[in-house]
Amino acid sequence: MSPFFVITGIVTLLGAVFAMSLRNLVHCALAMAVAFSGIAALYLQLDAQFVGFAEILVYVGAIAILIVFAILLTRSGEAPEKSVLTSGAWTSLILIPLLFGILAWAILHSSAVPRDLPPAPVATVKNVGDALMTKFVLPLEIIGLVLTAAMIGAVIIALKEENKNENPGRKS
Amino acid sequence: MFNQLDQIFVTALHWLVSFVPEAWRPLASSLICIAFILSVFPAVFSVTTIFERKGIGRIQNRYGPNRVGIPFTKIRLAGFGQFIPDGVKMLTKEDIVPRAADKVVHFLAPVVMLIPVLLAYAVLPFGKNMTVTDYDAGLLFFFAVGGAVELSVFMAGWSSRNKYSLLGAMRAIAQMVSYEIPLILSAVTVVMVVGSLNLNDIIAHQNQYTFGIAHWFVFTPWGLVGFILFFIASLAESNRTPFDLPEAESEIIAGYFTEYSGFKFALFFLGEYLGMFAIIGLGITLFLGGWTSPVSFLTWIPSWIWFFTKLMAIVFVFIWIRATLPRLRMDQLMNFAWKFMLPLALINILVAGIWHYMAADWQRWLVCSAIIVGAYVVLGRGLMHNQKLGKRIYRYAE
Repeated sequence: MSPFFVITGIVTLLGAVFAMSLRNLVHCALAMAVAFSGIAALYLQLDAQFVGFAEILVYVGAIAILIVFAILLTRSGEAPEKSVLTSGAWTSLILIPLLFGILAWAILHSSAVPRDLPPAPVATVKNVGDALMTKFVLPLEIIGLVLTAAMIGAVIIALKEENKNENPGRKS
Repeated sequence: MFNQLDQIFVTALHWLVSFVPEAWRPLASSLICIAFILSVFPAVFSVTTIFERKGIGRIQNRYGPNRVGIPFTKIRLAGFGQFIPDGVKMLTKEDIVPRAADKVVHFLAPVVMLIPVLLAYAVLPFGKNMTVTDYDAGLLFFFAVGGAVELSVFMAGWSSRNKYSLLGAMRAIAQMVSYEIPLILSAVTVVMVVGSLNLNDIIAHQNQYTFGIAHWFVFTPWGLVGFILFFIASLAESNRTPFDLPEAESEIIAGYFTEYSGFKFALFFLGEYLGMFAIIGLGITLFLGGWTSPVSFLTWIPSWIWFFTKLMAIVFVFIWIRATLPRLRMDQLMNFAWKFMLPLALINILVAGIWHYMAADWQRWLVCSAIIVGAYVVLGRGLMHNQKLGKRIYRYAE
């Protein structure tokens, strides 16, 4: 394990832990942005440039902003009085590593997992683009259509409703 | 001789690195490159502040700073020493943090602003063989790190617990998100024609000459439109007039950095200008041939001189626009981005495709120019529809 991997791994994990446990929701969203950046750094270490940059562009640049705005527009952004951790948090601290250990053991000893890895494919941005435009063009188009539909739906929901029942002297 | 002058920084880097033991050379090389970026661009920034103040002064018929020269001497330099006392003043001022502010986020915001801006310089080619990291997807890297700036703006506006800051941050994010789309779409045309996201490949494609004139993309119909769209969007991305709504002094004081003072304010100021230089550098690389010379008989001038000359020329246009145009309104800003720039950028992508597949003669010039002019007229009419422009009539002041 290279020291860079250890550092980015620790940063990612800390970001994820803080995103789950901080009280103020905006702080949680910012910690999640840190975790996203850490994941992007991990991708870059694996020579997956496209995935790494897309991770930053989409998750840090757009999704984190979207979450932050959703928090700001729906509630005041004040911290809750009580701790966000449930009373059973300490029990799960023991149970979850146990569960992870069992699952990891089961996966590592499973016969379904191929022992020797195939040679790593060269995943340049050009290859990714070629694959998206030839082999995966239908999924890409469907995703585009679904996103457009979602956007039109959001605009229709957000449209200001016309005053249908005339009620003078009162603002709706 | 000129070739050596052209490669002087590369030679200096190799010479410096040769003192370091073999195993540490990559690290030493990157440290020297970082030092280069960290020293050159803040220096350009400090000169630009004076350039801007004096330039706006001239345009507005006043002097601007004209006293301070070299400290402790009587040399005046026509006021170009002003940035030294300005910098000292900025860095020694008291750092005031509002009592209600979210201390940690308030502290982190300027840092988070500066890091992605500096990262963006890693892929820009400043001259021949002068790219710090030659990423295969350099353009994507540039846009990816630019996305993190929005988060820092939000952090600054939200953590100050001030309505002006929050309003400024909201405006800034709405503006950045809206103008990022035409910015990226106008850059996509270049990627389509070159077939690579690598900025050095893009420059190599423009580094050819016919009849002594360079093949810069700005000299093609789609390139001209792409460059103008990119230019307008980069004005908006760097929050310059006429798109300075996020920090409109007369409306919301200073927007998201209202509650910042001293060193942190200086960091925001620096981050904003460095972001502007980076995005201008990208625009130069994409459309104005990067470090190449416009005419073939001037290729002996070192490449980095060309890069910085083009940079300062566009900075001058930015200053000129700032001194000339008034600020847009929020609805005008949004209408312009979504109803004019976005459709025009999409049509421009289509035109770039047609240009790529038509035979290289006068017909493709005609077809591409006709589509662009038609789209411009139709979209412009659409934008001006119901705008009631004309002579303003004062009803009570006659």
